[in-house]
Order: sequence, then C-alpha cells, then structure tokens
Amino acid sequence: MVLLTLMAAITIGIVRIRNLFGVVVLSAIYSFLMATVMIVLDAVDVSMTEAAIGAGISTVLMLGALHLTKTFESDPIHSQIPALLIAIVTASFLVFGTIDLPPFGEAGNPVHINVANYYLENSIAQTKVPNVVTSVLASYRGFDTLGETAVVFTAGIGVLLLLRGRRKAKKDKDPERQNEA
Amino acid sequence: MKLDLILIVSTKFLLPFILMFALYVQFHGDFGPGGGFQAGAMIAAMVFLYSITFGLAAAQKAVPPAIAIKMVPLGVLVFAGVGVYAMFKGGQFLNYSVLLDDGPSGQVIGILLVEIGVLITVAGTFISIFYTFAGRGR
Repeated sequence: MVLLTLMAAITIGIVRIRNLFGVVVLSAIYSFLMATVMIVLDAVDVSMTEAAIGAGISTVLMLGALHLTKTFESDPIHSQIPALLIAIVTASFLVFGTIDLPPFGEAGNPVHINVANYYLENSIAQTKVPNVVTSVLASYRGFDTLGETAVVFTAGIGVLLLLRGRRKAKKDKDPERQNEA
Repeated sequence: MKLDLILIVSTKFLLPFILMFALYVQFHGDFGPGGGFQAGAMIAAMVFLYSITFGLAAAQKAVPPAIAIKMVPLGVLVFAGVGVYAMFKGGQFLNYSVLLDDGPSGQVIGILLVEIGVLITVAGTFISIFYTFAGRGR
C-alpha cells in the first residue's frame, strides 16, 4: 500500500514536472518501486527484469535521447481535453475489467486448476529441473519462448534499421556522386 | 577529474559483481529465479555502465559493435538450432528429451542451451541499440 501510494505520487510528479531530466529520474524511481512491488508479490524474476531494464537500460536510453533534444518540455500545441477523455475512458474500462477478476491467491482460481498441477507434479520427473518456472518457460512452452526471442530479434532489427538507415543511405549516395562527377 | 575518480573506482568495483550475478542468474536458472532474459538484460546494463563511465569508445573496444550486432540473430539461431537438432535426433521440434539417451537429462541440456540463446539475443539487441543510439549525437 505504501509502495502504491509512492508510485501514485511519483506519477503525479512525472505529469506535473516540465523538466525532462527530472522526469527521467522520476521514472527510474518509479521502476525501482515497481520492482519492489514485484518482490512483494514473490515474482523475483519479473522484479529483476524491471530493475535492469526499466530502471537501468531505459533510463540510460532516455538520457541519451535528452542529450539529442532539449531538456524542457514545450507547451502543448493542441487542446488536451480529447486526450484526457480517452485516458478516462480507457482507465474506466480497465477498472471495470478488474471487477470480474477472481480473488487474489484463492485455491479455486482458474490458474491453479488447469495445467498448473500437471507441471508441478511432473516437472522434476520429466525435466530434472527444480524451478518449475524455468521448465515451463523453456521446455513445456518452448515454442512460446522461441517466439518471444524472435520478437526481441525482430524489434531489435527494426530499431537498428530505423536508427541507422539514414546514415547508410548517405554513405551509399556518396560514391554515386563521385562516379557522376 | 576528481569526481570521475570516485565513479571510475566504484564502477570498476561493481562490474565484476554485476557480471557474476548475471552469470549466476543465467546458469542457476534451473534452481533459482531468473533465466536468459534477465541475465541478458543485466549484461547489457553492465556494458551501459561501463560505457557511461569510461566512454563509448572504451566500451566498443571491450564489446565491438560488429560482435554485438551478430549476437542478435545468433541467439535465435541457437534456440531454433536446438529444436532442429532435436528433430534430427528423431523427436519433435524443441523436444529436448531426445538430446541425450536419458530423457530428463536431455531436458536439462536443452533448457540450458535454449536459455543461452535467449541471453545472446537479448544482450546483443540492447547493446547494439545503445551503440547506435549513443553514436548519433556526434
């Protein structure tokens, strides 16, 4: 509860502050709080990912972006009311969706009664791996994880092409010009 | 330069521990939390830290951009290669039980190799994006 209150306070801070450097620092703090929430929920692997990527890598990338642009947010050109409406509608849909969720941690929840028991009972016999999360991710659902790796690959290649495309194009053009001359 | 001294010393002190923890998360993933994705992110974060303290050129000397960019498809190939190898051994795609004569041990090897593939792709992707991004400002 304390963590969630802190996160809400930081979110308000991110919205209000116009200095983008402060926003980057605040979002790093937000990520660390999120990582702590994940530890409270016993999801240590998600927490490690959040701390490394959310707080570490994306902060450095945002600082790199700040280096290329201005540090102060410019005033909005358009009216912000449509955006506010969309945000409120989306948020109310999300809150409405949480009403139907089964109570947290109850034994009869759908997550606990379908395939989970099979994994828990057979994981060690079939894969010799005590950590069921690992055996489910890498073996039982190996296809899924291969797809995730391919997603990381595709996203990385896409971003690299976007970032590098212009420079490569210039290099390609230069020899042509020399040939023409 | 005096402020830099503290940064340099503390970074040098931290780097081996970050790498050690990343490798622990990677190879201990069978027993504790974590796996290839987390370890890859940590290794990338380690290169980031090295780069912001010692400069981009030093980091690119330690981890050349050409290698980082080759790691991106290599990891996917390792992952899919394990699956295809399982097919050659007479099983289904990504069924690691056929990798060794003893089924469960084959699963252990398969999971280990696959996680290494994930690590390579994730670390390579982050490092390459960072290199191209950081190199733009000049």
